[in-house]
Amino acid sequence: MNPTLFLIFTSLLKIVGIVFVVILPMVSYSVYAERRVSALIQDRLGPNRVGPAGLFQPIADAMKFILKEDFTPANVNKFYYWLAPCLAMVPALMTIAVVPFGSTLFGVPMVIADINVGVLYVFAIASLGVYGIVIAGWSSNSKYPFLGGVRSSSQMISYELSLGLAVIPIFLLVGQLRLTDIVRYQIENGWMIAPFVGHWTDGWKWLLAIPMSISFVVFTIAIFAETNRLPFDLPEAETELVGGYHTEYGSMKFALFFLGEYAAMITGSAIIVTLFLGGWHLPVPWWNHAHGFHWLLIDGSLGGWRGVIGGLFNIFVFFGKVSVLLLFFIWVRWTLPRFRYDQLMRLGWVFFFEIALVNIFLAAIIIACLPQ
Amino acid sequence: MSPFFFWTASALMLVFGAAVIINRNPVASALSLVVSFLGLAALFMSLDAFFLGIIQVLVYAGAVMVLFLFIIMLLDLRAEERRRINFVAFAGGAAVAVIFFGQLYLVIGHLHQAKLPFAPLAPMQVDDVHRIGLLLFGSYNLPFQIIGVLILVATIGVIVLSKRELH
Repeated sequence: MNPTLFLIFTSLLKIVGIVFVVILPMVSYSVYAERRVSALIQDRLGPNRVGPAGLFQPIADAMKFILKEDFTPANVNKFYYWLAPCLAMVPALMTIAVVPFGSTLFGVPMVIADINVGVLYVFAIASLGVYGIVIAGWSSNSKYPFLGGVRSSSQMISYELSLGLAVIPIFLLVGQLRLTDIVRYQIENGWMIAPFVGHWTDGWKWLLAIPMSISFVVFTIAIFAETNRLPFDLPEAETELVGGYHTEYGSMKFALFFLGEYAAMITGSAIIVTLFLGGWHLPVPWWNHAHGFHWLLIDGSLGGWRGVIGGLFNIFVFFGKVSVLLLFFIWVRWTLPRFRYDQLMRLGWVFFFEIALVNIFLAAIIIACLPQ
Repeated sequence: MSPFFFWTASALMLVFGAAVIINRNPVASALSLVVSFLGLAALFMSLDAFFLGIIQVLVYAGAVMVLFLFIIMLLDLRAEERRRINFVAFAGGAAVAVIFFGQLYLVIGHLHQAKLPFAPLAPMQVDDVHRIGLLLFGSYNLPFQIIGVLILVATIGVIVLSKRELH
């Protein structure tokens, strides 16, 4: 087959596969997981009626959203009212394009677009996500949605700074923005949160774990704020703003906001996994007569069925890590209370921004001292 | 670069650029400007300048325009929508634009270089992020540092001004 045609064909296959077979089911089942875990934490049962253990609940929810009357209030700005839910959903799905979700499968790299500005692309698209919320708040022509939209835009702008600054230590270390290179580096030199793996006697590598852990914590918290999750869900704080920016929305349009939030959570977790937790890499303990005990790297580079199994294994590892992070997101939501708005702003500008800034210098000094 | 991609992105840019001026609703204007920026970013990317394209989206579409929108939403939009077009100003502006284009046409038409066909660009893989970094911190280090100081001064100025408002 002609190489261009092959590229187009495999890319389409990957896009359809990742969006419709992996991300969207994952979104609906993370809603289910949210309800079950919240029930577990609050000592309730949660949805357990539809199917075994309530496993078909997402299908019932989807049917309900689609079949409900699609009502448009009279005083809204119609065009923007319809546009906003789409703008909330699309950027969340677009960011996944540059994330390597596996090594190779049948010799095809498991990343949709391997561009050299990887992480910047993620930030750029994520920064467009705020438009959906702002326009929803404005076009609803109503007080509470408007307040929610304004809060959301200022919150996202504030936390984007910490988000961007927190990843700079990684680039200083790797020297590349391309996400596949960052994963490759982590396979060879240990994951970002544990850079001393494989260099057990090197003191500087142990020191490097300090700025990397700070980066990891700041980045994760900023992702919480960017995805409007509790304890930072001020844009839709029920006790103050009714439903926030989606107060005036119903049926499928509301569902798009809802799904967009979970899709943003999944892509956010995918970025965290790729940058800090080794991406699709999982070392497997192995033993044979020639080498004795050693760690085995499984990827799709082997020929035949071994390569296929390896490639599939990497994809499962990646989404397994993402699922664990999603569970963490859910756990935090049902554990911590909400911040007050001024606390949120102070935390973002006075605390995280400074920490991330100082952290860059710390990382730069340690990296300068690293033996080449 | 594929001509189809070029024409699509340029058309997107020009149509939404015109929409910025034609729309009476400031929010619609701001959003048109965002789409226009996206078209410009697409043009950069079709020239393999991924870094510039992404920065265009990140800085202008993602940060500057969000702030614009933020301010616009807090204004009273009805006064702006009611305003009539001033036809004298419109004619004057159009005349200036036409004269400017005529001048450009005459000047460029007389240049010898403008009549030569472009040499085809050699297809190559450039790591533009590294190149831009090396240029900024190598050949243009001093201007770069000066711009950094300027931005710092502006930031401090903004903080001082906004603090004075409070008291």
